[in-house]
Amino acid sequence: MPEAIELEQLWKFYGDYPAVRDLTLGIKEGSCCALLGRNGAGKTTLLRILAGLSPYQRGAVRVFGNSPRSAEARHRLGFLGHGIGVYEDLSARENLLFFARICELKNPQAVTGRWLERVGLARVAAMPVRQFSRGMRQRLALARTFLNSPRVLLLDEPFTSLDDRAIAMLSELLADSSREGATILLSTHQLREALAIATDVALVENGRLRYAGTRTPEMLDDPALLYRLHTELGAA
Amino acid sequence: MRTIGQALAVARKDLAVELRTKESFNAAGAFAISILLLFSFAFDPSPEMLHQIAGGLLWLVFAFAGALIFNRGFARELPNECLDALLASPLSSGSLLLGKAIANFTMLIALEVVSLVVFGIFYNVAWTFRAGELAIVFLLATWGIAIVGAAFGAMTVNLRLRELMLPVIIYPLLIPLLIAAIELTDVVLYSKQITPDQLLWGRILLAFDIVFTALAVALAETILVN
Repeated sequence: MPEAIELEQLWKFYGDYPAVRDLTLGIKEGSCCALLGRNGAGKTTLLRILAGLSPYQRGAVRVFGNSPRSAEARHRLGFLGHGIGVYEDLSARENLLFFARICELKNPQAVTGRWLERVGLARVAAMPVRQFSRGMRQRLALARTFLNSPRVLLLDEPFTSLDDRAIAMLSELLADSSREGATILLSTHQLREALAIATDVALVENGRLRYAGTRTPEMLDDPALLYRLHTELGAA
Repeated sequence: MRTIGQALAVARKDLAVELRTKESFNAAGAFAISILLLFSFAFDPSPEMLHQIAGGLLWLVFAFAGALIFNRGFARELPNECLDALLASPLSSGSLLLGKAIANFTMLIALEVVSLVVFGIFYNVAWTFRAGELAIVFLLATWGIAIVGAAFGAMTVNLRLRELMLPVIIYPLLIPLLIAAIELTDVVLYSKQITPDQLLWGRILLAFDIVFTALAVALAETILVN
């Protein structure tokens, strides 16, 4: 399988502080990679660089062989960051319709209706998002992210603040996307949920890649194993 | 065509949000009307004095009220990190900037219509008899202000003092446009005929619009991402 995501000797600085240090990583097309690491390890920075939201100083980043800011890459990308990326004063339907239009989807009304059904928001589609509960907002954000059937999904802590129903929905969406051949990179602290769906694992610490490889059954039995074996803090 | 379609989607979304919240228009409208009323009561300008100041008064009010609209343009994208969602989407940066400029333009034109009505009543100026020529001047000048406001609104969106910084940056840039708009507005309101010399101001407006629209679209990626 060719690599959908390639990072080569990547360096990213915030002022003088190197948030990403000489990081090289390739993620194969169709794989689901769990990006693990403690707070401040550089996971969010990496995902933002891959989404084309944060410039880097040295190295190379490619999404399907293109720069993350290229139109080709962005047409294939779905990004869910810490914010839900939807407008409080618009309804759920208006939000999805807007994103369907800027993604230039054919028949945006039909696509929007389908996704509202899928995430269980069809009955409240006309309600402004500001009246939604946290769980409903998260489900709308998921619909927004998956709306254009992206070939590469970049998800930053997608399980955070989700209730059981939303976790099940997200797991199902990720499984479906995987079956359709999408490449998934998700950062998380919820090791069990992430490792259950991941085919590969990448572990970062202080901006450095400590481990990259296939997810093994041992990791499922003992999710903290990676940290103990491959991080300085774990070794200590 | 793709760029225009995406830009119209952005403008439509911004106008829908504004229609619901009226956060920019109410503030800008109240400001514009207050200044026009205060000026009228404070100076009680004679018809001769109005000949000299009408264009200046109107365009200064529009420019200052416009800053209140432009400040909200990109700030509206900050809650829930909507700007990140837009920048990571297939929407091109040029379309995003153009969409914001179209929304700015529409709101500013609406504000100008309201202000003109107030101006006509309180200053006793009959501007409707040359409404067509006045509309051309207003459309050209307003687009120039709107595109500059959108570009610099994007540049200052992450600054802590953006409400202060945006006017400080855009007014010096708008000087040639405002001078041309003021001159032409005075000519349209008070001259019987527009002479070829006076048409030069129209060419300046057109050139300003073309140059700044091309620059804004060409530099949109740098402005928004870097």
